[in-house]
Parts: sequence; structure tokens; C-alpha cells
Amino acid sequence: MLGFVARRLVYLLPVLIAVSLLTFLIASLLPGDLAYVILGDQATPEKVEALRHDMGLDQPIWWRYLSWLGHVLEGDFGRSFRTGQTVWQAVAERLPVSFELMLLAEIVGIAIGVPVAIACAVRSGSAFDRFMTGSAFGMLSVPTFLSAILLIYLFAVELRWLPATGYVPFEEDPAGNLRFFVLPALTLALAEWPGIMRVLRSDMIATLQEDYIALAKAKGLKASRILFVHALKPSSLTLITITGINIGRLIGGAVIVETIFALPGLGRLLVGAIYTRDLIILQGVVLFVAGGFVLMNFIVDMLYAVLDPRIRHGHA
Amino acid sequence: MATLELSLNEDVAVTPVRRVRRLGPLFWAAVTWTVFILAAAAFAGVLPLPSPTDMDMLERRMPMSGLHWLGTDGLGRDELARLIHGARISLTVGLCAPVIGVTIGGALGMLAGYFRGRFESLVVGSMDVLLAFPPLILALAVTAYLGQSLFNLTCILGVLGIPAFMRVARAATLTLARREFVIAAEALGATHARILLRELLPNVFLPLLAFFLLGVAVTIVVEGALSFLGLGVPPPISSWGSMIGEGRESLEVAPRLAFIPAITMFLTVLSFNLVGDTLRALTDPRQGAL
Repeated sequence: MLGFVARRLVYLLPVLIAVSLLTFLIASLLPGDLAYVILGDQATPEKVEALRHDMGLDQPIWWRYLSWLGHVLEGDFGRSFRTGQTVWQAVAERLPVSFELMLLAEIVGIAIGVPVAIACAVRSGSAFDRFMTGSAFGMLSVPTFLSAILLIYLFAVELRWLPATGYVPFEEDPAGNLRFFVLPALTLALAEWPGIMRVLRSDMIATLQEDYIALAKAKGLKASRILFVHALKPSSLTLITITGINIGRLIGGAVIVETIFALPGLGRLLVGAIYTRDLIILQGVVLFVAGGFVLMNFIVDMLYAVLDPRIRHGHA
Repeated sequence: MATLELSLNEDVAVTPVRRVRRLGPLFWAAVTWTVFILAAAAFAGVLPLPSPTDMDMLERRMPMSGLHWLGTDGLGRDELARLIHGARISLTVGLCAPVIGVTIGGALGMLAGYFRGRFESLVVGSMDVLLAFPPLILALAVTAYLGQSLFNLTCILGVLGIPAFMRVARAATLTLARREFVIAAEALGATHARILLRELLPNVFLPLLAFFLLGVAVTIVVEGALSFLGLGVPPPISSWGSMIGEGRESLEVAPRLAFIPAITMFLTVLSFNLVGDTLRALTDPRQGAL
């Protein structure tokens, strides 16, 4: 196990370095000098030159990358020139919101996807199975922003059950906080469950034909116990795989959902930074999100190895 | 050895006949819708439509009528004209970006799968770096720096698709490269270029085409999301995403302004997914059993 972790860590480091380099290059090589953005179009060339010197923009690019990376490693991601807030503060303030959103979405997605997958697998080929498989395929073609608008129209505009936008912190008003999260989390979950259901269903159909399921039936175990405990266990790996694969899409979906429902999360920070051309915040958030994404994938890999000995011994 | 080849041949001969029947009316409905939308977008300039950008403040949010078939939007612009001209943007990006992805990604994947070794490690490693970014985040960041234009948008979304196409092409090439016909070609003294282009490419082509259609669906969605956020093609040019974004603001008074482009986009994405998935099932022998 330790050897496996070490091998994955050795692989992780170059990827993280490359990610930081790419983030830096996107921000540095492309047109639109930072000094011009800060000073505006009317700036005199002398002023721009002075600011470039102050910010070190006249240094060679490799030197700028190394000094930037040095600051990042010390935990200094820079400071917004619009609000004066450091990237670190801005991210720390908004991360819990995004995290809560993605966690709730994943829970709802699994709560829909797993029972539907089991029901379909038990009666595979039935009308119910065909209908749900068809709906899942159809749902895969519904972009997040479409389901968001549909849900807002149904539950906020027509029925007026739930608020369309807004947010209160969990510490202030837990019930109100969850109320604001219902529609955003449901929107994301609608995109999550088809993937979970489709993979789990085909996994389950194969599992249900195994001998040990027949044995469990013969022992007279309750059907619900066989399905949710015995049959689901070997599929736990599949569930982790899909969750891992979906993290990237979930993050992208969170950006859109946070913007639509006005949730003050990382995604909204990112989109806001793009609107106001707050390039330092933008660079910091992209680096933070990409770094976090790499680490999450690493953790998913580790979980595999814990669950499946074949992987950590390199036989898979 | 001989028996193995015989059984292989039988498989190849039997399965297509069984599968062709399974295409079904849904597949053909999807093909029809795709052709219809493509034709509408291609002939948008010739069709007798009002201008998609002419505003008429006296005729804002007009209901459907003989003059404006789908009514007018919040600025009095003809909804049908905007929808069809929007199709041009969504489909241009949706079709051109995967072309970039399939060309570069397909070539890299085939070369990596055929030559293996250091080159393969390098390709797979650099794709891992690209995959280390959540796709929408990278697209947003690069558009923000590069500036919004149709060309930039297409290039960014194209580059984002490269890793996926590379994986498909590499996986297909890896299995094919050990097959008898490739070994035979090698034994006959064929050059690498000839093996890659004449022996491998025709076999990798179909899985790539199926994946290309799925790529079109994904790209239309991502382009829609960017335009919806106001970070796609700049106004007044309409795209389905920006129309849905504008329609959201009048959801209480005129929900159709959001729902008409939404339904059009859904049907188009669904059609590409259906056709792509059917083709994928045809070309992927493992899925055939399901």
C-alpha cells in the first residue's frame, strides 16, 4: 500500500507543477497586459511602465513564474487590485458554499440514482426499466442551465414554493440555508443521477446473476437486504469511479448553478472576476480549483486501492 | 489459429445484420431533426426571415403571429430569426471544435498507440495535465484572457476535446495494432505511414466518428453555458445559450422566450447523442452484449 501511495505521489508532483505552469502561462502570455487592465485605457505609457516595473512585469517570464510559484508555496496567492481582498481570504470565504452545494447535489444524485438503478436491474427489460433508462439518456442531454431555468419556472415563478435566488449562512439560519440550497442542489443532482444510474444498472444486472446472490436468496434473506447490502457492495467501486469522473463536471455545473441562483460560492467568484477583469483573483481561483481537482482525483485513486487489493498490487 | 480466425469471421458476418434492424424510428427521427437544423442554419441568409438584430421597441415580447411566427423578444427582435441565426453560432462552434479535437487528438492517439514507448508516455502525460483542469473552468479562464470571439471560442473548446479523442484513438489503436492484418502488413514490408493510414485509420475511423457526434453534443452544451453566462460570442449576435440567458430575465412575463431556444437546444443535443450512441454501440463489440 505504501509503495502504491509513493508511486502515485511521484506522479502527482509533475502534474501539479505543470498545472501551475499552465495557469501562469494562460494569464501571462495572452494579450491584455495586467498593468493596462489596472490603470485603464487612458493611462500614459510612463505610468504603465512604472507600474510594470513595480509589479515585476518587466522581468523575464521564467523569473516571474518562479517568484510567483514561490509566493504560492508560501500561501500567498496575491491580492485583488479591485477589492484589496487576498485570494486566500476570498477563496476561504466562498469554499464552504461551493462545498455544501456539491455535497448536497451528490447526496441527492445518489439518492435518486441508486434506488432507480436497483429497481431497473431487478426488472431489467421491463417497461419500467426501459422508461427509466430512456429518461436517464434524455436527461444526459439537458444542460445544467436548462434544468435550472425549468426548476426556477416551476417552483419559484409558478408555484412560489421556493426562493429563486439568495443565500443565508448555515450558522445564522440552518433551515433557511437549506431552503436556498434546494433548487441549486436539485439542478445539479438532475445532471448527476443519469450517470450513476446507467453504470450502476449494468453493474447490478451482472452482480445479480452471481452464485452468492442465489445463495442469499436460498438462505431466505429479505429481498431489500440482498439488494441494498449484498448486491450493492461489489458496486461500491463503480460508485466511487463515477463520482470521481463526475467531479470535473460537478465543478463546472456548480459555476453555472451558483451564478444562476446567486449563491456566493467559488464559481460565482470566478465568473465575477471575469466580468470585472480581476485577473489576480481569476488566476488564483483557477489554480486553487485545478489543484483541488487534482488532489480529489488522487484521493479517489487512493480509495480504489483501499477497496480493491488488485489495484494496489498492480494487477488491474 | 485457423479455427480462431474462422470464428472471428463468423462474428463479423452475423452481427451487423442483427444490429442494422435495431436502428429504429428514434434514430431516424434524430437524423431528420439534425438535418433539418443544419439546413435551417446553412440557409439562414436565404430564408425569408426578418433581421435577427433589428429592434422594434413598440413590438416588445409580442405573442406568436403571422408576422412573427414565434413572437418577438424583450427588444422587439424576431424570435424565429434569432433562433435560426443562433443555430449558426451554436452549430458552427459545435461542429468545428470537435473537428480540431478529432484531428489532433485522433492523430496523437494513433501515434501513441502505434509507436508506444517514450512518445506514448509524453502524450498521455501532457493530456493528464489538460485533464487536470475542470473543462468549464479552463474554458472560462482562457476566454476571459483571450477575449470573446467565435474563433477563440471554437479553438478553446477544440483543444479541450483533444484528450478525450486521444484516449479513444489510442485505445482502438492499441488493440488493432496486435491484430493479424497489421502484422501481415508489417511482414510485407509496409512503412509505418502506410500501416497507420491504410491499415489502422480505416478501422479507428468509425469509433472516432461515433465519439465525434457525442463531442458535438457536449460542445453545444458548453458553448451554450458560456453564452448563457454572457461569456460566449459577444452580442448582438444571438446564440441559443445567450437567448436562454436573455429569456431568463422575463421568465415571469414571457417564459417562452427562454423555453423555445431551450427546447431547440435540448432536441439538437439529444439527436447528436442518440445518433452518436447508436453508432458507438455498433462499433463497440463489448457494448453489443448489453
